[in-house]
Amino acid sequence: MRVVVSITRKDGLSDPEGATTAKALRQLGYPVGEVHFGRTITLEVDAADAAAARAAATDMCTRLLANPVIEDFTVFVSEGEAVR
Amino acid sequence: MTPPVATESLHRSLGMIDDEYHAVVTILGREPRPAELAMYSVMWSEHCSYKSSRAWLARFPTEAPWVVVGPGENAGVVDLGDGWLAALRIESHNHPSFVEPYQGAATGVGGILRDIFTMGARPVAVWDPLRFGPLDDSHNRYLLDGVVRGIAGYGNAVGVPTLGGEIELDDCYTANPLVNVMALGLLRRQQLVLSAASGAGNLAVLLGASTGRDGIGGASILASAGFDEASGAKRPSVQIGDPFEEKKLIEVCLELYRQGLVVAIQDLGAAGISCATAESAARGGMGMDVDLDAIHLREMDMTAAEILMSESQERMLAVVRPDDLDRVVALAERWEIAASVIGKVTEGGTLRVHHHGEVVAEVPAASLAEGAPRYLRPYHQPDDLEAAWADGPVLPASVDVPSSLLRLLADPAIGDTSPIYRQYDHQLFLGTVVEPGHDGSLLRIKGTGKGLAVSTDGDGARCALDPQRGAARIVWEAALNVAVVGARPYALVDNLNLGNPEKPEVMWQLIEVIEGLSVACEALGIPVVGGNVSLYNETAGVDIHPTPVVGMLGLADPMPARPPRLDRAEAGMAVWLLGPDDGDDFAGSAFARVVLDQRRGRPAAPDPAAGRAVVARAIELAGWCPVLHDVSRGGLAVAMAEIAIRSQVGVVVEVDHWQDLFTESPHRLVAVVPSDADLDGAMPGRRIGTVGGDAIDFGRHGALDLPKATAAWAAALARHLA
Amino acid sequence: MKVAVVVFPGTNCEQDVVHALRALGGTAELVWHGDADLAGADGVVLPGGFAHGDYLRTGAIARFSPVMTAVDRLAAAGRPVLGICNGFQVLCEAGLLPGALVANRDLRFICRPVHVRVESTASILTAAATVGDVLRLPLNSYEGNYTASAAMLGELAATDRVVLRYCDPCGAVTEEANVNGSLDAIAGVANAAGNVAGLMPHPERASDEILGSTDGVVVLESFLIALRLAAVR
Repeated sequence: MRVVVSITRKDGLSDPEGATTAKALRQLGYPVGEVHFGRTITLEVDAADAAAARAAATDMCTRLLANPVIEDFTVFVSEGEAVR
Repeated sequence: MTPPVATESLHRSLGMIDDEYHAVVTILGREPRPAELAMYSVMWSEHCSYKSSRAWLARFPTEAPWVVVGPGENAGVVDLGDGWLAALRIESHNHPSFVEPYQGAATGVGGILRDIFTMGARPVAVWDPLRFGPLDDSHNRYLLDGVVRGIAGYGNAVGVPTLGGEIELDDCYTANPLVNVMALGLLRRQQLVLSAASGAGNLAVLLGASTGRDGIGGASILASAGFDEASGAKRPSVQIGDPFEEKKLIEVCLELYRQGLVVAIQDLGAAGISCATAESAARGGMGMDVDLDAIHLREMDMTAAEILMSESQERMLAVVRPDDLDRVVALAERWEIAASVIGKVTEGGTLRVHHHGEVVAEVPAASLAEGAPRYLRPYHQPDDLEAAWADGPVLPASVDVPSSLLRLLADPAIGDTSPIYRQYDHQLFLGTVVEPGHDGSLLRIKGTGKGLAVSTDGDGARCALDPQRGAARIVWEAALNVAVVGARPYALVDNLNLGNPEKPEVMWQLIEVIEGLSVACEALGIPVVGGNVSLYNETAGVDIHPTPVVGMLGLADPMPARPPRLDRAEAGMAVWLLGPDDGDDFAGSAFARVVLDQRRGRPAAPDPAAGRAVVARAIELAGWCPVLHDVSRGGLAVAMAEIAIRSQVGVVVEVDHWQDLFTESPHRLVAVVPSDADLDGAMPGRRIGTVGGDAIDFGRHGALDLPKATAAWAAALARHLA
Repeated sequence: MKVAVVVFPGTNCEQDVVHALRALGGTAELVWHGDADLAGADGVVLPGGFAHGDYLRTGAIARFSPVMTAVDRLAAAGRPVLGICNGFQVLCEAGLLPGALVANRDLRFICRPVHVRVESTASILTAAATVGDVLRLPLNSYEGNYTASAAMLGELAATDRVVLRYCDPCGAVTEEANVNGSLDAIAGVANAAGNVAGLMPHPERASDEILGSTDGVVVLESFLIALRLAAVR
């Protein structure tokens, strides 16, 4: 089962990379507000169903993939090819 | 509309005890408002107020003709001659680094750099003395790796070279790593800026990053209480560093000073706006009106207390004359640095804070900055101490010298530290003459013929056995480390890392450490120009070893044209051992720890006369000796191995007893010189061997193959960082 | 005969480059990234550092700075343009040099002396050196790992544009000597005309005996010679 994990900086913590990039985009004329950086990780998880895959990925994020001190994460599960 | 009065239980959740709350009520003559209570709680925290240690810190010798600014300002400043001044400072970021190693270490670097450029100096170098639990534990490796990456990530990007530090590993640091950081800055005399606000009507301008909830209560909560399972709940206090913002801030501030646009400046570190406004006003004997609505916030719904307590990084508070404001703002804009007028200097000493049209705080600035209670906490020597001193390490009758040496070289705290320092830019500014990996680092001051040497030293294992002697000995070791690159000891900064001061034994350690450092500095004739105290380094009731860490600044005038290095030994050269005759000094030694697994006994006391003599001799020899190396961790055997490994040539050394190879008795120095040089003279010294061959050869005590020694030494730390 | 040394916010080697160029008799001035002209300079150096914090991608934001239009013009006019470390990364992002620089093989910052072998003398980078010379230069980067498409790599080889390769002290290109994992051990490249070049190691940090090496002098000398030659043409 394919699972995509999106990891972002926790709300309220500063995101210097996002802020610097937002400034550069605005200088190029794009009307953007806040910009936030994160990472996406695509995993092939061997799981019985979507719920089990989600639970496994959540556990992976908590223990390894995300830094719970400064990061939040969202798990997207797809049984087909919709999530790449 | 009157803001609500703080409830009495609020102060406890802010880490304040009842007596302190009542002291606030006495000062104000009324119950404090929530924002006021927040300000007092952070400003009176141990971290900001030194309330447990201040009475004892007065012991330090702080005066010398070359001291320009002593303890109490953001950094100490000393005069180097020729119109040059050096600013130096040491700090700790122990608790934040345990919570989040990368950001904790990174923001530690950022904070200490602000302390330096607050004084008008350009930061030119950083050192990072680090202490962790043993590296066979994966969490300790994670902490070390994260801390080193954080120092590299911030220090390299902000554009200040990191010239080394040191590493010590011990169980007591497992749940309480020590991440200390020292910084050095250079400035011309006329650039010196102080933090005392002056001139009623002058404006307080906040420069730099926006203010968010990060680090709220960091000073009081993270650094002033021990750790337990609740650490997880403290996580929102983590601060995020932005080295790019800091780099721009450095350049803006230095340009503001150059153009004379700043009356006073103060960085925002622990306790954020509360601290910067209160200290700046109090030092100038002035007051300040502060408007929190003028502060650029990252989150819109912050309360006055949150804004006042926020420890968002990369912010400075400058006091400027109204006529100069336009130029200040224009300069900030050029560097894409936000600048906003958030207040005004006033007569009368009152710090008045406005938020949403109301006065949320109105307190005497000096009561925040200087009014914290002073505690003379009870102290006493541990009951079992004298018995423990009498029970020294038990030495075997004979020792397998080569295998013992191999074990020492393979110890990650003794082996090659390049896996750490090669992650740090240590060359920027074209100043680094002796890079990390030697006893002391040496920087040239371009265009003067002078050099500055720095060594950071600590020894928790020895201080655990005798805090006073241990502390004194790190000063002597640091002095010798700067002397071997040709510098005379010039000034010291200290970082006192200890456990919970509410325990009388820990208070006793603090007092002993201060005494040891003071006596050694007096014997060397050098001032203590600044320091930091990090208390409550305890986890689950267990305190760390008393761990003073010193940063010694040495002045090399003139700087040797070719300073000694560990890698300049060549076959045929002679090896000399200089200093007092060896005595067995194994208490707290690396040999006792690594080979014997014994941590007991009483370390030898330093000998001031011998110490001064060997320091003076080292400075003289540094002018022409190819290799000078102090004998410290692991004794003569490790000192010789380090020279052989770094120079990739063997050595043959003769000593009477195996103990002579591993004793760590102080004030000793190895010199490698051309074979016809005669070092007999003013002090005890003897030729002990010759450079050559392909082994570290101790004659009848055995020999260790150089390739084998090299491999063990090179892998000692590297294998834990792979 | 003047060199512009460009300062982006976050650049940190600008004073070092000016110092080293002046020590060799060059005239060098700092130019702010927001300036649209190079103040009459005859050549330009983009020095090392962390332009715009290296955020997004190293060099990605810097390439849009106003000064880069002027750098483009100077490059098109055949004047020497040198990128050192972060400056090399900016030139790659700007399309003035081929390829890209990505994170080091070991995903760690590397600050250490390395050896590089001169592979070509057909550019401003090494015109004063000899093919086969081995230089000891400090490397100081996280994103120093050179990469390019197979087609580009072939073109670089065919047109003699690989200028420096990482090697051991004897000049042998080995896996171990290629400390950051660069493709084909490439440490420095040039454009087709040879007037735009970049390298990851820092020649300015190896231009004074007291700092341990003077092997960088030949690189900076090559640049200064190219500066004079381009002005004569």
